[in-house]
Amino acid sequence: MFIINYIKEIYSGLKSLVVGLRRTLFYFTHHKEIITEQYPDNRATLNLAQRFKGEVVMPHDENNEHRCTGCTACELACPNGTIKVITKFDLTPEGKKKKAIDKLVYHLELCTMCNLCITACPSDAIKMAQTFEHSVYDRSQLTKVLNFEGSKIMDGVE
Amino acid sequence: MVEELSRTEEGNIIINVGPQHPATHGVLHLVITLHGETIQKVEPHLGYIHRSIEKMCESLTYRQFIYVTSRMDYLSSHINNHACALCVEKGMQIEVPERAQVIRVLMDELTRIASHELWWGAMAMDLGAFTPFFHAFREREVINEIMEDTCGARLTMNYILPGGVLEDLHPSFQKKVKDFIVLYKRKIAEYDEMVTGNIIFQNRMKNVGVLSAADAISFGCSGPTLRGSGVSCDVRKIYPYEIYNKLEFNEALETAGDSFARYMIRIREMNESIRIIEQLIDNIPEGEFQAKTKAVLKLPKGEFYQRVETARGEFGIYIVSEGGTTPYRIKFRSPGFSNLSALDHMARGGKIGDLVAMMGSLDLVIPDIDR
Repeated sequence: MFIINYIKEIYSGLKSLVVGLRRTLFYFTHHKEIITEQYPDNRATLNLAQRFKGEVVMPHDENNEHRCTGCTACELACPNGTIKVITKFDLTPEGKKKKAIDKLVYHLELCTMCNLCITACPSDAIKMAQTFEHSVYDRSQLTKVLNFEGSKIMDGVE
Repeated sequence: MVEELSRTEEGNIIINVGPQHPATHGVLHLVITLHGETIQKVEPHLGYIHRSIEKMCESLTYRQFIYVTSRMDYLSSHINNHACALCVEKGMQIEVPERAQVIRVLMDELTRIASHELWWGAMAMDLGAFTPFFHAFREREVINEIMEDTCGARLTMNYILPGGVLEDLHPSFQKKVKDFIVLYKRKIAEYDEMVTGNIIFQNRMKNVGVLSAADAISFGCSGPTLRGSGVSCDVRKIYPYEIYNKLEFNEALETAGDSFARYMIRIREMNESIRIIEQLIDNIPEGEFQAKTKAVLKLPKGEFYQRVETARGEFGIYIVSEGGTTPYRIKFRSPGFSNLSALDHMARGGKIGDLVAMMGSLDLVIPDIDR
């Protein structure tokens, strides 16, 4: 009796191994089932999701104008202190003082891509970009100024 | 060489597993007392990835603190976020639109499948089978892509806000999920073929790390660990939240209490999650995906508790509010911590080679244990 059980066990064990190996053989012969992508080589054809949260950017139009009023809503919404809004006072043509942003400093190294700043922004001045290759040699390179040099606020955005 | 190892007075050897060890899946440090090959004691040393999340939450507003919980149990981050949002909604009595509820539950179940897929691959890899890891990641990648389309991120989604979800579903969501269900049903048979039915795997898992129902309860285990010992504890069934009481699904239960029982629970849970998704995917109600909430959320003075079922067990969040914009105190009840406490009990008297099988079947996520 013991011998029969012993042989049965060996048989079922071997069978289970063969069943498992059959899978391996299946993938060995079916190349269409392979889904691996060769990442750095397929950069040109890489499609990222439209909503992918890669980094915060500030879109500018062709006149180098942005929509940021400097209200600091994004700075208050951020849980990590990623965004610092530095404001200045511009003179309008009528001679009045008007608040505007000098610099919108963005620390990519602190950002967790939680999207709270974008939902907080009342004038849609910032959005998420689909970039993801963020590695640099020095940490200071990750601190970015989002508004371009010499840019000013778009007309009509309050 | 053996003389150099530290020995206790009785002649037992003390060895350290971790904090940098591939089988602990993170920075878990186990100090093991061995008598020959038999384990006398397992002592987990924690604190290597402690970030004081609970203290951190006290300085964040009720919208901001949710994202921190993604960093605890990163494999079911969406479910953690869900618990926080539910707790805040409970305190403020926000009515969540039905569409948002369905979206949340759909995402929860997708996260649960993704988490169990990764666990399945890692479990097999712990026991020396390398191929299943890639098979698991292949299916998990499909879920990650669905998440990326709708939530904008693959792992730490930050998709849930108090009052609803961040954005509406992506137009391709339903089609992609249906494709995934077809793919999953085709591939799950492979899992059984490759791993579940394998004689080596079964022999290494059966009667290893046996945990009786009474012990499992006294250690405070939850989720698949407790259900593997035959105790019904699914929060989705017992304390239904969102729309779970309207859904049809079975609670997976096994009575053996060994590693293999816990393994089978998770495999069956994946199938149940697919069943839930199938019920919901064609019946997503139209309407708002976000309730209108105030710009500044303030919880009334009081204490609020909410529990949900994550992929690892019961996750609880306890908020004490003084009526301000930030919580006075937050306590998280993480499933991993309690499940780890049972490891010492189940490992005693076992062989050191089986320790990996026990640890793998507990599905430990270290940042969840340490917080």
